Amino acid sequence: MNHIPVLIPMVLLLASMFAVFGKRSQENYLPFLVALAGMGLSAVLSIIGMVHSVTEGPIHYHLGGWQPPMGIELILDPLSAFFCLMITLVAAVVLLHGEERVRIEVGDRIPAYYSSALMLVGGLTGIVLTGDLFNLYVFLEISSLASYALLATGRKPAAVSAFRYLILGTIGASLYLLGIGFLFMEVGSLNMTELAVMIPEVPVTAGIAAAAVLMVVGIGLKMALFPLHGWLPDAYTFASSPATTLVAPIGTKVAAYVLIRIFLFLFAIDFMKEGIQLTTIVGWMGAAGVVWGSVMAITQRDMKRMLAYSSVAQVGYIALGIGLANPLGLIGAVLHAFAHCFMKACLFMVQTNFLHRLGHYDIFRLDHRTRVAMPWTCAALAVASLSMIGLPPTIGFFSKWYLLLGCIEEGAWVFLAVLLLSTLLNAVYFFRVLEKVYLRSDGEAYDDHDEEADQATSSREVSAAMLYPTLVLAGSLLVLGFANAWIVTHFLQPMFPVW
Amino acid sequence: MSAYETYFSTVPFWAMIVSAVAVPLILAFGRKPNLREAVTLIAAVIKFVLVLTLLPDALAGRAGEWVLFEIAEGIDFSLRADPFGVFFALIASGLWILTSCYSIGYMRGHAEKKQTRYFASFALSLSATIGIAFSANLLTFIVFYELLTLATYPLVVHSESKKAIAAGRQYLAYALSAGLLMVAGMAWVYMATGTLEFTPGGILEEGMVSASGMKFLFVLFLIGVGVKSGIMPLHSWLPNAMVAPTPVSALLHAVAVVKSGAFGVVRVVGFVFGPEVMATYGLNIILAVASGTTIILASLIALQQTNLKRRLAYSTVGHLSYIALGASLLTAEGFIGGMMHISTHATMKITLFFCAGAIFVHTHKSDIRELDGIGRAMPWTLGAFTIGSLGLVGLPPVNGFISKWFLVSGGIEAQMWPLVVVLLLSGLLNAAYFFPIVHRAFFREGEKRADGRSVWEGVGEASPWMVVPLTLTGAMSVFFCFFPDLPLRFFTIATRVTQDIMGGGLPL
Repeated sequence: MNHIPVLIPMVLLLASMFAVFGKRSQENYLPFLVALAGMGLSAVLSIIGMVHSVTEGPIHYHLGGWQPPMGIELILDPLSAFFCLMITLVAAVVLLHGEERVRIEVGDRIPAYYSSALMLVGGLTGIVLTGDLFNLYVFLEISSLASYALLATGRKPAAVSAFRYLILGTIGASLYLLGIGFLFMEVGSLNMTELAVMIPEVPVTAGIAAAAVLMVVGIGLKMALFPLHGWLPDAYTFASSPATTLVAPIGTKVAAYVLIRIFLFLFAIDFMKEGIQLTTIVGWMGAAGVVWGSVMAITQRDMKRMLAYSSVAQVGYIALGIGLANPLGLIGAVLHAFAHCFMKACLFMVQTNFLHRLGHYDIFRLDHRTRVAMPWTCAALAVASLSMIGLPPTIGFFSKWYLLLGCIEEGAWVFLAVLLLSTLLNAVYFFRVLEKVYLRSDGEAYDDHDEEADQATSSREVSAAMLYPTLVLAGSLLVLGFANAWIVTHFLQPMFPVW
Repeated sequence: MSAYETYFSTVPFWAMIVSAVAVPLILAFGRKPNLREAVTLIAAVIKFVLVLTLLPDALAGRAGEWVLFEIAEGIDFSLRADPFGVFFALIASGLWILTSCYSIGYMRGHAEKKQTRYFASFALSLSATIGIAFSANLLTFIVFYELLTLATYPLVVHSESKKAIAAGRQYLAYALSAGLLMVAGMAWVYMATGTLEFTPGGILEEGMVSASGMKFLFVLFLIGVGVKSGIMPLHSWLPNAMVAPTPVSALLHAVAVVKSGAFGVVRVVGFVFGPEVMATYGLNIILAVASGTTIILASLIALQQTNLKRRLAYSTVGHLSYIALGASLLTAEGFIGGMMHISTHATMKITLFFCAGAIFVHTHKSDIRELDGIGRAMPWTLGAFTIGSLGLVGLPPVNGFISKWFLVSGGIEAQMWPLVVVLLLSGLLNAAYFFPIVHRAFFREGEKRADGRSVWEGVGEASPWMVVPLTLTGAMSVFFCFFPDLPLRFFTIATRVTQDIMGGGLPL
């Protein structure tokens, strides 16, 4: 029981080593099964850990028995367990959905693909669980390397865009490393729990301020915080669809979660808020990202690129919530990270389904025949779109609700206006797609045989293995929406002491 | 000033959900039209009966409530059948039965496509409407309010013509923006008061928000509910939404959707801000100016319309503001008048839309100038139209007289003379845009065909599916003038709600 914190990432990383064996062939199902088993086992462990941490308190695990500050500490508390569960579950659903596409788009490099996928998820759970800043860097690099590899699969430009991501991502990681170096020099520890106690004690020096700024910029690059988002649209657009579906929902969200922890647990929030006003800067970067991402998304006709820009906007929401630096804003930020994880995974799945059946995901070429052929995929698109826009009772509404409350508490009227404006912009670019899919294009007259013709083409829905994961995620948006109060009271509020 | 005595009841929930449950059935029976329409009718009847069972308790000041779950931290998702909610639910669900019959006649008579989608969206809209009526707090309200926007969108774009799609876009843009501003307003109210429960007499109190903040907050809410209730300049989606099939215009654009907005205005004035705060900060003046201007301008624009449905739409815009105007008077009679106008305008305007639809389906005429002499061909239809017109002008013996009487006397009581003038002037303008239609229909000769016979020769009434409902609603309009309290006790409820809002007053 007490080994759960280390088991969650280790199961995945070990599975990653096993997955790499086997023939380089499209007929090799072993890596897929290993990956699925790994994700499943980690998810089960996360559930056990979650129940345990809720009933008996958090588990502090000291790796190899070495006590901090010398040893590495892993912390499993309700929030981190919950986050691990989300990551592993969404990843498992995405893998299930992507299996068919992987064989088509990745070809005979299947073992490497699944191995990287496991490494990515293992690294991300590690980031969530670790209580040590340097260890966090290690896990960050593990997951980043895996995501460079994953995003390099696919069309030809993918290699270039992934390489660009690699360079920028490495710069981000280096800045973060530099930041913790400064911090270690000034304070003398890298254990987060210790640092949280020590930092307020030591006098604020330029070194600490530099550490904070470097870490925020480094992580900001990883989470594609505007204007550090340049790598994202190309990387997501050109990568193979299953890879994008896997990386996009969870990658940037975990980076955002790290940012929250840096602000909340590491540095005193007052220092970040009033001392060097870093939260305000992050908030404004987020607000700018929200507007920029939404406007750019409207101008796209490539659905994948539209979703990529939408990700920039959604990361902006999270940053905006962090920038508010009050409990409600932070609750909104974390809840939005959850929400976006599910919404974006669902939308990328829909895009993959379109690619699979129609051979394209060009918004201008979608029409009502798409809906007739793929009614369920389009239904999932509708639900996920409504959630992205933020209409009740989907989870997307509630994360915005907490952000709005946070804005009002802080008197941040500009942020409030940005939230409202972006909702309208979201509505524009999602209803644009929905209108194409659900209504007839202009000038096309009804004819009496149309309904029968519609029926004839209606058997083109994707296979069950692709359809059900899409529907499950779409349904979860409603379930999460109804359960949001439960999530907030049980997992988020305990983490945010009222200050 | 106290909230209602509540007791646990699942009836409000079932009344809300029954038509949503019908949606999958309607979709499943898409290929068996008779079965599909039977589902609609059965759901409509069940819904009405369920709402009806809530009436006795509402009259006694008891409200059946079901707190389903906590929807957001500190806020419940709960449905409560308080008297005002029952009042609105009765109107919407009662008229849905008639509209369903009418829809069947209209959609088949006109051989419309996509009837399954049409009936399914219609049923969902009704769930949203009843949800709005029974929402116990603002957050529950907004959930159904947005759902109503989405559910009615397919109805607006029904024909999928270029015009319809443009109207649909406009509708979404207006309604979603409004909902959004309202969400912002709600968040603000929640931060200021810590609650979003609808409470008779209001939840905001003096000093909770700064004076200028209070005005801004009120404007947020006013835009939020004002789009659906067509307060100018937020009305322009409504005339354009007339591209929808006529039953949609009849029930949704005269009763359910737009009245949800008007209902929202009264909820906001009476149950969120409260008369005291409204008066203290002069918020009622904002509302009065907005609604007064709307009444006059909408009537003037209606005069210029030659398309029958557009004229009715502008008339609706004007009459919705009667309700807002009643609320802005902040007197007992003003509230009663405003609330009564929710019910009276419903029966009258639905009659007029039914007539317009019957004329259109049966004769394919939609321009007022083509209606010369039609009264002789379709006497029942145009007879009902005449009743509706008289009522909207405010003449007895039609129920419009009742609500107008209270509105005017409320205006006198509040000594808001400009508003009294607005009401009287609007009556004249109503006469000016309705009576010519009646005159054309009954007192002018129809065009002659080449062989010298009238174009109306051989043209009879439309299908009984349409004529019976419109005759019934016309008859109801007259009936409710003489017996405004029978059989559904609208008047008693309106008085009761007013007392709750105003606090104290005479016991019933």
